[in-house]
Amino acid sequence: MYRFRHHRPATVDEAARIFSDCEDPAYLGGGMTLIPTMKQRLAAPTDLIDLGRVDGLSGIRVSGEEIRIGAFTRHADVAASREVIHAIPALASLARQIGDMQVRNRGTIGGSVANSDPAADYPAAVVALGATVHTNRRRIAGDDFFKDLFETALEPGEIITAIDFPIPARAAYRKFPQPASRYAIVGVMVAELGGKARVGVTGAGPCAFRATALEEALNRGFDAAHLEGVEIPDAGFNTDMHASAEYRAHLVGVMAGQALAAL
Amino acid sequence: MQITLSVNGRSHTLDVPENTLLVDIIRERLRLTGTHVGCDTSQCGACTVHMDGRAVKSCTVLAGQADGASITTIEGIGTVDALHPMQAAFRECHALQCGFCTPGMIMTAIDLVENTSQLDGSTVREGLKGNLCRCTGYHNIVKAVLSAADKA
Amino acid sequence: MGNPVTGIGAAVVRREDARFITGAGRYTDDIRVEGQAYAVFVRSPYAHARIVEIDCAQASEIPGVVAILTGDDMQADGIGSLPCGWNVTQKDGTDMRVPPHPPLATGHVNYVGDPVAVVVAESLETARQAAEAVAVEFDELPPVVDLATAQVSAEIHAGITHNLAYEWELGDREATDAALAGAAHVTRLDLVNNRLIPNAMEPRAALGIHDAATGEHTLYTTSQNPHLARLILSAFVNVAPEHKLRIIAPDVGGGFGSKIFVYGEETTVIWAARRLRRPVKWTADRSESFLADAHGRDHLTHAELGLDAEGRFVALKVHTVANLGAYLSTFASAVPTYLYGTLLAGQYRTPCIHVEVHGVYTNTAPVDAYRGAGRPEATYVVERIVENAARETGRDPAELRRLNMIRPEDFPYQTPVALVYDTGNYEQSLDRALELADYRGFSERRRQSAANGRRRGIGFACYIEACGLAPSRLAISLGAGVGLYESGEVRFNPTGSVTVFTGTHSHGQGHETTFAQVVSHRLGVPFEAVEVVHGDTGRIEFGLGTYGSRSLAVGGSALVLAADKVIEKGRLIAAHLMESSPDNVDFEDGAYRLKDSNRSMTIQEVAFASYVPGNYPDGLEPGLSEKAFYDPENFTYPAGTHIAEVEVDEQTGVVSLVNFIAVDDFGRIVNPLVVHGQVHGGVAQGVGQALLEVGRYDATGQLLTGTMMDYCLPRADDLPDFVVDTTVTPCTHNPLGVKGCGEAGAIGSPAAVMNAVTDALGVPDLAMPATPEKVWRELRRQREQA
Repeated sequence: MYRFRHHRPATVDEAARIFSDCEDPAYLGGGMTLIPTMKQRLAAPTDLIDLGRVDGLSGIRVSGEEIRIGAFTRHADVAASREVIHAIPALASLARQIGDMQVRNRGTIGGSVANSDPAADYPAAVVALGATVHTNRRRIAGDDFFKDLFETALEPGEIITAIDFPIPARAAYRKFPQPASRYAIVGVMVAELGGKARVGVTGAGPCAFRATALEEALNRGFDAAHLEGVEIPDAGFNTDMHASAEYRAHLVGVMAGQALAAL
Repeated sequence: MQITLSVNGRSHTLDVPENTLLVDIIRERLRLTGTHVGCDTSQCGACTVHMDGRAVKSCTVLAGQADGASITTIEGIGTVDALHPMQAAFRECHALQCGFCTPGMIMTAIDLVENTSQLDGSTVREGLKGNLCRCTGYHNIVKAVLSAADKA
Repeated sequence: MGNPVTGIGAAVVRREDARFITGAGRYTDDIRVEGQAYAVFVRSPYAHARIVEIDCAQASEIPGVVAILTGDDMQADGIGSLPCGWNVTQKDGTDMRVPPHPPLATGHVNYVGDPVAVVVAESLETARQAAEAVAVEFDELPPVVDLATAQVSAEIHAGITHNLAYEWELGDREATDAALAGAAHVTRLDLVNNRLIPNAMEPRAALGIHDAATGEHTLYTTSQNPHLARLILSAFVNVAPEHKLRIIAPDVGGGFGSKIFVYGEETTVIWAARRLRRPVKWTADRSESFLADAHGRDHLTHAELGLDAEGRFVALKVHTVANLGAYLSTFASAVPTYLYGTLLAGQYRTPCIHVEVHGVYTNTAPVDAYRGAGRPEATYVVERIVENAARETGRDPAELRRLNMIRPEDFPYQTPVALVYDTGNYEQSLDRALELADYRGFSERRRQSAANGRRRGIGFACYIEACGLAPSRLAISLGAGVGLYESGEVRFNPTGSVTVFTGTHSHGQGHETTFAQVVSHRLGVPFEAVEVVHGDTGRIEFGLGTYGSRSLAVGGSALVLAADKVIEKGRLIAAHLMESSPDNVDFEDGAYRLKDSNRSMTIQEVAFASYVPGNYPDGLEPGLSEKAFYDPENFTYPAGTHIAEVEVDEQTGVVSLVNFIAVDDFGRIVNPLVVHGQVHGGVAQGVGQALLEVGRYDATGQLLTGTMMDYCLPRADDLPDFVVDTTVTPCTHNPLGVKGCGEAGAIGSPAAVMNAVTDALGVPDLAMPATPEKVWRELRRQREQA
């Protein structure tokens, strides 16, 4: 790992201020992606701005129609949260499927979402549930948040503070893990929200997206039978040694079907 | 940077470069070499310790993140004369061969047993997926964890 | 007799565990000595290139850099090439062709990861930083990566045409061809045995120390065979004279073959320690392990099996292209020849067998022994083609095997491929495995799976292995550069405790427990009174180390011989002390007894007398400590039946291993707890080969599976509980009647699993590993055809 300065601000404002003063800064959440990347010397920020000591960034709060999860809330806490298990069991289940136990004990929802790793799990929920991403500057609709491979709508220096997940009538998440890394080759969350179907997909493309073809099919009838014959175009899908674009497209349908069956 | 952390109940104040990893503090500064490094991509789990009571991969925690934390390593859970039940179960069930993954495996297993209400073979296997063992095929590790869970 | 709680056959809980479970193990990287500097290697980023220039100027100026050394520096110091320890004679009678293998590359680099320089610095961080700053100019050359076309590709090593190390054959070609021509049925099969990357959990490491005052070199390193490493480093590489070189392999975190070999990095570390006059330490990153540990397997094979009308095998013909990688590693030449071709008879009475093997160089990491080493590859060929023969001729796969098995009355059995099997009862293992697998209930289970959208398959592997390596005269006559006996010493201390020294090395196998069981049993002293010492050339006379499931069969036998010498000497002392003659003294359960009276004394009392020889036989040396070398007269032949049952998900192609049964005959068993553990681990590695693992390079020779993020090691949730049982036919030619158990799991399981997968899919073959997409594509092809 190259040398860097490690800042530990106490407030979001202070964090943002440090960010603007540094040459090549990066925010540090749980570090489950950033630290390995830095160890491999593939990333070399001059300054790490650790959000771990910022007040008020963690916690889970349920209010009427949504769950607010603080950006620094760890995956293990989401997975174990009675509130989440009660209100959106699919979200708790998703969190339980991230990485492994040690990773879940450190990784944070804000870090995962801000990174827009194409194979991360949370982004599927952000788009499927139409979440709202709160930052220190504004609110960003989940549908508009993920832009590309490791690219989001976040501007330089912008910090995710919390994510609001609307509570769906029902939802389920199914994941097909990459056998070695256990990241998602494909992860699909299917939700029924405001009487409409929403399908969020991670792993398949450069970033999480909504599978509109599947949504349209489900809006005609919310069951597996209506998914039959729906083509998932694989244009732009990821291909690597573990899964071709074509196989990923196939898996999107299969995982969606399994999620539906689990509703 | 200067950090203070408690390791196995003893407080240490250390001056370390920012890019120091928790595992390097444990192994190189405190010379607690029971915690091992088996990979460089946060996959193998050999470096697992408890940080504020939860299992974490100490190769993926920075010094500054560990500042103020309470750390428990394999050396802190039991001694040869007074083994932790998980250590005893590993020995009784022949859940180790070369011993290299063992400390991390035991630390993960302790968290798993303490924080999971009902364990069976499949939940134990699921819970151990962050720890690689190349010797045992996991068969006896699963047996050991279930045996320790039974006694807990 | 022996103690039922701690003697031979008892499931003794391992004593070494006390240190491992408390974090008190002492592995090479745990050792720190005053003044140690840190080494980091500069490695080739190209698979094949000429080194134009190594510019260390900028890197050398980084504060804290002690030195940057290259292959030229090494050569100038007289350090030689890393040798291959086994000369394979080609079918035309000439020697195999071996390229130079400098520990640090000179002139050319031949695989990605080939070390070209070493940076030694005050800290690891500085060493890493400086290694990045070393500017190496390479002139890229076309890489040879594809094994199938390597023999018609550009020459990697000057003068080694067709990139061929050797063309080797075994068996009667003419008779085999004739038998195949006359066969009622011939099954043909092309097979890929996938490249594996060993991944012992502890990465390789070395700490070199040179004492200028005494001239002593000490190398702490992750070795399965420290004496062999010393011999090679001294005799062939010229690192230091043998008597000035001490190699210590402390606790070692797994080996599986990968820590047998003498590598460039360890060699460099001990040389650099002398040259720089300070201790030098190197510990591999896992990424380096992927690049630069010797890989395993990697064969392309065509096989043909002829059967007569009744289903009896009449001939087996095999042609294999074996990837040796960029250089010939320590035992690489022997693995796809003498450890492979000789095993092609399997458990069967096939009268004619011929095998031809082309050992081929490529611009990939060297390939050498990995758990099983040649024998899993042979088993894969035999058991896959036998399975297909059963399917093609409409026979039950278990019954076809039974029909052809060597029967108990056939032993000793001379195979057509050189080996003489001493003993076995193959049908007994098969029957036990069929029972444990509930083979009769399989069709019902298959029906239930189908109802759940899953295809179920069952697969067998009736394997044999030759281990207990090895009879020295035979091995040397076949090209081995060293004998393969083992040495041991049993030393009574004056107070009656026993220190045992063995030339084998335990890196997970549990010798500290099992060898103590053997010796305490033999001597009749308490288990707790016996200590086992291994892994230090400074304490142990000699040894060949641990690999090839040899430790108990060869090393344990040496200890029995030494213990028996101790007993015999003790008899002389006891006779004297009890005022009788030696032939009137019996020894049993740790006590010498007079045949004609009830006088007796314990061997521990005798030991004390031997060290305080006041009342002592004339002319007898004091002390009670004996050494022995044991050279086996034959290999040992563990064998057994493995049965795998899998389910294939029709939608995703995911293969789930739902049941695995291993019934093995390892001869007599010293410690069933340890033996079962060895089987579990071996099976996991074999299942990994079948379903998960493959070392893959791209066309330019970059390793695609270079981390644990991409190379898929089995995790706990990939595997089921295993069903393990044993049958016993004692080995006929070693004093313990043991055969060895370390590799069997990895030998039988790949074939068993792939036979199950191909059974489920109804296909003649599928290349390992049976990954979900590969299986899904096959399922889709079948749906489209239907």
